[in-house]
Parts: sequence; C-alpha cells; structure tokens
Amino acid sequence: MLKYILKRLGYMILTLFIVASITFFMMKLMPGTPFSNQDKLSAAQLKIMNEQYGLNKPIWQQYLIYLGNLLHGDFGTSFQFSNQPVLSLITSRLKPSLLIGSQAMIIGSLLGILLGAVAAINKNNWIDSLATFVSIVGISVPSFVLGVLLQFFIAFKWHMFPIAGFDNWQASVLPSLALAVSPLAQTARFMRTEMVDVLNSDYIELSKAKGNTRWQTVVKHTLRNSLIPVITILGPLTANILTGSLVVENIFSIPGIGEQFVKSIMTNDYPTIMGLTIFYALMFMVMLLITDILYSLIDPRIRLTNDKEEN
Amino acid sequence: MEDVKITANSFEKVQADQTADQEKISAPSLTFFQDAVRRLRKNKIAVISFFTLIIIAVIAFASPILAPRDPNAQNPDYANLPPRIANTNIPGFRGEIKNAAGIVTNPYETNNVPKDRTYILGTDYLGRDLFSRVLYGTRLSLIIAVIATLVDLLIGLPYGIISGWKGGKVDTFMQRIIEIISSVPNLIVVILLLLVLKPGLSSIIIAIAFSSWVTMARLIRAQTLQLKEQEYVLASLTLGESPFKIAMKHLIPNLSSTIIIQTMFSIPSAIFFEAFLSFIGIGIPAPNASLGTLLSDGQKAFRFLPYQMWYPALILCILMIAFNLFADGLRDAFDPKSE
Repeated sequence: MLKYILKRLGYMILTLFIVASITFFMMKLMPGTPFSNQDKLSAAQLKIMNEQYGLNKPIWQQYLIYLGNLLHGDFGTSFQFSNQPVLSLITSRLKPSLLIGSQAMIIGSLLGILLGAVAAINKNNWIDSLATFVSIVGISVPSFVLGVLLQFFIAFKWHMFPIAGFDNWQASVLPSLALAVSPLAQTARFMRTEMVDVLNSDYIELSKAKGNTRWQTVVKHTLRNSLIPVITILGPLTANILTGSLVVENIFSIPGIGEQFVKSIMTNDYPTIMGLTIFYALMFMVMLLITDILYSLIDPRIRLTNDKEEN
Repeated sequence: MEDVKITANSFEKVQADQTADQEKISAPSLTFFQDAVRRLRKNKIAVISFFTLIIIAVIAFASPILAPRDPNAQNPDYANLPPRIANTNIPGFRGEIKNAAGIVTNPYETNNVPKDRTYILGTDYLGRDLFSRVLYGTRLSLIIAVIATLVDLLIGLPYGIISGWKGGKVDTFMQRIIEIISSVPNLIVVILLLLVLKPGLSSIIIAIAFSSWVTMARLIRAQTLQLKEQEYVLASLTLGESPFKIAMKHLIPNLSSTIIIQTMFSIPSAIFFEAFLSFIGIGIPAPNASLGTLLSDGQKAFRFLPYQMWYPALILCILMIAFNLFADGLRDAFDPKSE
C-alpha cells in the first residue's frame, strides 16, 4: 500500500513536470505579447519590460529558470495584475472557489445518491423513468446555461438571492446550485446502475428470505454496498466542478480562481495561466489519488497493485 | 356411459411437409446490426430523439434557404427589436418588451420599423436578425461537433488498436501518454491549445478533437486486448495475414458497436465544448454565429432583453438532451446485457 502510494506520487511529480514543460513551451508559441494591449510603449520601454520579466533571455534559459523557481514554489510574477506573485494571486482567490466547489460537490453527490437509489428501488416504473430523465437533463444542460437561468429567475425576477458578487454566504447559493447539477446527474446515473446490480445479488435474496423488511434490506445491505463504487467517480466530478467553475464564476462575478483563469487568458498573462494549469492538474491528480486510496480502504476486495490498469 | 368408438375416421393424416414446417425457423435471421436496429426501434425515447435530431439537422443545414436575412448583416436602426410575427397576436411574438419596472413598450413603433418588416426571433444589439443567426449558428455548431468527433475517431481508433495490439512496452508507453493528457481536466487542455493555435474554425475542431480522443482510445484498447485473444484472430495470423488487414477485417467490424456508441456520446460533448469556448470568448471569432456566441451575446443583455438568450439556449439544450438520449438508446440496443 505504502509502496503503491509512493509510486503514484512519483508519477504525479513526473506528470506535473511534463505538464509544466508543455504549458511553458505552449505559452512561448502563443501569438501576441503580454505588453501588446497597453497603449504605445516605446522600443526602449519594451526592452526594459522584457528585461524585467526575463523575456529577453533565450527560451531554454527561461525554461530552466522557470523550472528552478517552480521547485521553490515560485510560480513567477503576474504580468497583468499589479505585479503580484502568481502563487499569492491563486491563494488569495482560493477561498470562494473552494467554498462554492465543495458546496456543489456535497449537494450534488448527496442528492445524486438519493435520486439514484430511489430510481433503482423503483426500477422500471415511472419514478425510475422520471429519475432517468432528470439525470439526462442534468448531464445535457451546460452549467453556464443553468447559471444564467438561475440568475435570471431566482435572483433577478424573484429577488431570492443576490444576483452576483461574493459579499455573503447567500451569494454562494446560486453558483453552487449551477455547479451541482452536473455532478448530481452523474452520481445519480452511476448510483442507479450500481444499486440495480446489488439488488440482483444473492445476499439481497437471502436478506429477503430471512424476513427482513424492504427498508431493512435497502438500508443495511443494498445502500452501503452500492455506495462503495460511487467513490470512484469523485475524480471525474472534481474535474467537472473545476471546469464548470471557469464560467459559473464569471457569470456570478465570484472572485475565484476560475474567473482569474479566464481573465488571464484574455490578457495573455502567461505566468498566471501556467500557474493555474499546474494548479488544476495538481488538484485533479490529488483527487484521483485520494479516490483510489479511499476505495481500497473501504472495500477490502480491491487491492491496490502497481499494475492496476492492466487488469 | 357411452362407448367411445374409435374408427379410422377419428384420425387425421399428418402431411409429410407439416413436420418440416414446425422445424422451420420462423423469424428471419438477423445480423447483429439488424438486431440492434430492431431493439432501437422499440425504444420510443430513442426514436423520438432520433427524429428530433434529424429535424434540427435538416433545418440547420437548410439555413441558406430558410434564413430570411443575412445572419451577419448589421442594421443599427433596428437594433434590439423583440420577436414579432406579422399579423398575429401570440404572446411573446407581439414585438413588445417589458422592462424592469413592468412597463410594456413596443420598440417597433418607437423605432419606426415598417409594418411589414418583422423579426421572428427579434434582433441583437447590432440589428442582426436572430432567427437567421440561430439557424446558421446551429449549423455551425453541428458541423464543428461532427467534424471534431470524426477527427477524434481518426486519432483514437488507430491509437487504441495499436496500443492494444502491440502490448508490452509500446502499450505501456502509449498508456503513459494518455495518463498525462488525462491528468489535466479536458477543458483546460482545449483552452491551452486554442491559445496557441490561430483563432478560427479549424483550431477549435483540432482542440476539441485533441482532448476527446483519449476516451475513445481507452475503450478501443480495452476491446482490442480482448479481441486479439480470439481464435479467429489467431487463425488469421497463422495464415500469414498482415496485422493491418487483421485490424481492418477482424478488429474494426467487431469494434463497430463501441465506436458508434462512443461517437454518439462524443458529439454532444463537442457541442458543449464549442459553446463553452465561445461563451468565455475564445471560440468562434466574430461575426460568425454559433450556439456558443449567441449564448454569450444573449447573456450580456439577458436581464433586459431575455429573448436574445432564450432560443439559442433552448436549441442547445434540446440538441444535447436528444443526443444523450439517443446515445443511451444506442448503447442499450447494441449491448442488451447492459440493461
């Protein structure tokens, strides 16, 4: 187990290194310079700017410097946002994103589990069809369409929650809801499939034969066993929420990392784009690792091996 | 009690060919595909989704004929007009708009628009006809999604087959590459690619295809691993068939159901990617309309001119739902074990 985790950590570092390198060279290929949208800089001024940010050195030197700095946790300095270090730019915007993301994750997975379970218990009748339809709609409707609709009806027309901004907790409700729907739908679909499987297994028959009530059978034997595989979709759900946040944060003007990422793209702010890409990759990989470890801890039938993907 | 008399007449002669009739297989023998289509046709939801998609696609591709105006022609005099259908009184199509205070105005009258000039879905902030733009936009979104999915298939299929077929070190190496790509959320990969490539249609297609072939390659590889253990592949190898021919003759036909199902799931995700990219402003360059750019334009004025967003959003949702439902139906039809 420990060996496995260490090996995974090793791969994670390797992957991060490759991601960092690829994004670095991609940024160098990017058309436009970070100073092109400021009005009229003279050649001398441009030269000073390039020197200050180390952009006059050959690319391989810039690359080595960048990697060296990364090892010290230095993601460079933002070109656009008042010369802030990228790392502090990210950390200062982490809180709103984390709050909304975790709220969305909790609402989405809990309601999804409930919906999936209800669908599985009522397999093949109208409740099941309704639940299936709800989850298809949830998967299909993009979070930004949903975000705009929520903003229009609930905030603008009915004044139930703030339209935008991040002044108080209430402001986080609508963006969380917009982000939660897709995880909800995915969890519900997955849960339903798993639970239908479990409901067909022998030990459920035994539980019924023992004279347990339907409720006891479901709660004691079915629900717990179907929940275990649901853990595996935590990874994809995280990716979903991370990317969804890019646009939902923009719609609701949340000062989070998603909004920052889009802003940086618009302003050719390479260091911030690179820093955030690495950050996103790191978050995603950590989540996948946690998922795998959790899974093996909860379900003793799963043994983490080094060549996991081979079987 | 009466005696039952059994005479020769009580018996009936069995015709010789009657037994042969019983032995006959009454149902026509179906190929795998015919059988799948038969199952698919029983699935009402899938059939409805299929025809919805066909109707939307036909209308979208007929947009050069159907569109009443040039989708990119600007007309500042007639900007932000709400939907109106001439000589009717359908709510929402009267050319009226309610502002935040609840006062209803008719911009057609205030702007002195001629009586016979109507915009079915209104106009946007540059006075462009939204109905034409929605038609052309749907067409563009569909074209992007379908081509991106085909490119994704073109990369993913050979990649998966080679990886699964070669096995060993080649496989491990190819799988590592896949792992690295998939360790960054898909959308981030698309955005980074789009930043590097020149803005335009082909870049969007490449970026979307590049990030979605991974799933296809994974599925194909897993199936190839199973298929290459089959006896007929061994027989073919023994007879000296080249790996390329085996792939074409034995692997791809057996992979076809996986390919079809995964393709149907890739199209809606490509539609989503395009809409997303255009929505945050790095997708289709202006002035072209796609569902994403229409949504993005509509969202800016959504509070006061909500009609500009309704219709693109509606079409996008219907497309996504129909594709997903149809793909679901296809999966059940091709893989009866799944349900």
